[in-house]
Amino acid sequence: MSFFRMQGSFIDNLPKIYGFYTGGFVAFVGLMALAEQFGMKEDTIGLMFVGFTIFIYALIGWLSRTMQLDAYYVAGRQVPTVFNGMATAADWMSGASFVAMAGGIYMGGHPYLAYVVGWTGGYVLVAVLMAPYLRKFGCYTVPDFIGTRYGGNFARLCAVLVLVVASFTYVTAQINATGTIASRALLIPFGVGVWLGLAGILLCSMLGGMRAVTWTQVAQYIVLIIAYLIPVIWMSNKQGFGAIPHLVYGDAILRIAELEQLHQVGILKPAVSQGGLDALVVKHNQPADTFVANWRFVTLTACMMIGTASLPHILMRYFTTPSVKSARNSVAWSLFFIFLLYFTAPALATFTKLQMLDPNLATSVIGKTLAEVNAHVWVQKWSAVGALKVIDFNGDGIVQVNEFFMRGDIVVLATPEIAGLPYVISGLVAAGGMAAAMSTADGLLLAIANALSHDLYYKIIDPKADVKRRLIVARVLLIVIGAIGAFIASLRLTDILGAVAWAFDFAMSGLFFPLVLGVWWKRANKAGAIAGMLVGLGAGTWYLYAVKWGGMVPWWGMDDVRFGIVGATASLVAMVVVTLLTPAPDKATQDMVDEVRIPKGDTILGTTH
Amino acid sequence: MSTEASNRETHWRRTRTLMIVHMVIWFIFSYLVHWFATDLNAFKFNDFPLGYYMAAQGSLVAFVVQLFIFSWQQHKVDVECGMAESE
Repeated sequence: MSFFRMQGSFIDNLPKIYGFYTGGFVAFVGLMALAEQFGMKEDTIGLMFVGFTIFIYALIGWLSRTMQLDAYYVAGRQVPTVFNGMATAADWMSGASFVAMAGGIYMGGHPYLAYVVGWTGGYVLVAVLMAPYLRKFGCYTVPDFIGTRYGGNFARLCAVLVLVVASFTYVTAQINATGTIASRALLIPFGVGVWLGLAGILLCSMLGGMRAVTWTQVAQYIVLIIAYLIPVIWMSNKQGFGAIPHLVYGDAILRIAELEQLHQVGILKPAVSQGGLDALVVKHNQPADTFVANWRFVTLTACMMIGTASLPHILMRYFTTPSVKSARNSVAWSLFFIFLLYFTAPALATFTKLQMLDPNLATSVIGKTLAEVNAHVWVQKWSAVGALKVIDFNGDGIVQVNEFFMRGDIVVLATPEIAGLPYVISGLVAAGGMAAAMSTADGLLLAIANALSHDLYYKIIDPKADVKRRLIVARVLLIVIGAIGAFIASLRLTDILGAVAWAFDFAMSGLFFPLVLGVWWKRANKAGAIAGMLVGLGAGTWYLYAVKWGGMVPWWGMDDVRFGIVGATASLVAMVVVTLLTPAPDKATQDMVDEVRIPKGDTILGTTH
Repeated sequence: MSTEASNRETHWRRTRTLMIVHMVIWFIFSYLVHWFATDLNAFKFNDFPLGYYMAAQGSLVAFVVQLFIFSWQQHKVDVECGMAESE
């Protein structure tokens, strides 16, 4: 496999290499299906799926090892447009997107679709306002842009601070997800699973930095999208919705509305709430009808979008393309690859709900007798692990909608079992969830470690360090940060660590306006940017604390997952006011902004810096 | 004013206009249509209630298409103003 080191031919051969890889993966799935027919045990299949895919990622990581700065930090800036799109999609779609999104829509109905809109529309901001300009700048990291555009180590340090707060909030959740999946598939305790997951993540990123992460992320995207689409398409075929269910489930939505009336969804509430498990109490298609409810929808959408455009692990993916034009194109491809999963999630949620509610289907549970429901194998299996509970509160022997509790994750994880698909599909889904969580964790860890090694260590602490030393520091930091993340994840402090959404709020509070105005407002200066970052991060954090723990009544229904609105507004005001009160940046800086705005010419920063 | 300088000015003016146009489209599909989801649900699109459809698929499709068009338009601006990268 020497072509991994012969860069030119490797890039040219990418379609062929990943074509073989995809074929190989499909063949592996077929082999497992065959093995299942010949009596291979379910546990062994799950183990094979997770073990085999992690082995492949680690192999790619090892083959992509490098001791060159620009290969380590920006994959040598030669990742082709479409492949960078796939890598970004894997980088972007976390374990939460893969496992929890469909379940969220199932339980939350229309209001939850704010995440679907928010986590896609953010890419419009990335393409129009940010990515091409940051590519032209030629930076290694996001703080690199802040530090050079505004000048001075303090501005750089503020950017590093925001980056670390936002990314670290996010990465522990991802390591937690890899631990959960690894422990389930490999039949090991959760605490061990977390460290094993981390080992896998580090194998993908440590030796080759951005180059290794790029090529493993492409491989992970292929696994995760196959794993997400196949069960849905299979299930829809079984139910007679055709090969592309996305286009034709309109009828199912109307049918669900009838069934919701029949089962009194939204009227019957659980007598006793079951911690962590939910009963269905929200109608599938009931949009907001009050001002505050509408406001909550659009503010959540806004937070996820603006957060997308501020998260360094996403922005840095566009530093790796060969040109400004390809960076721009690459954002469009990224969104296309992300779209494939996100427009499937609502379809999956709808089909699963129909299967549970429609008394004409053999799979239904609501309105059936307790004995019938408990006879389902998947009900027994998921009850055994505490992800599902049936309690006959009123003792009538019939399962009402407010007597059936489950964890949202089940919608993705148990779909194959609910629909009666072979176990091999469940193994595939586990491998997909693992790929989603690992690829995001990789990108986040690398973003943090690169900011600390490049911006903090090299630019601020020891500017004389040679290449070898810088790359060693980068790797040591990667291990240390990964270990801290895994340690915190193993403590299972999920309540305190809170939602993945917080990462978006932190990022937008501190980084959005300093980044955007750095390109679009020539007058923006150092004092303003520093004020924007610190005031934004401070105000956002204060609001989060006040609403979540301080007992403050949220403003216009903006709860803790929407604190970025407060943070980013404060950031904008502070940045504009302070900039206008202080002198304009010097001519050299203004000329630099002019150069950033046009694609032609050299990057602002040299190829190695 | 030299041609280079005036080209740059034209380039940035057109880039800015394009940015504003796409931000307006983005605003419509991100916020405006969802604010009126209840009203839109009175209409059907391909058997879907329109309000639901927009949040589950419609806005997403709009964003994807929009980005490919934007990329093409911005490149056209770059080329016409002589600001594109050499291939």
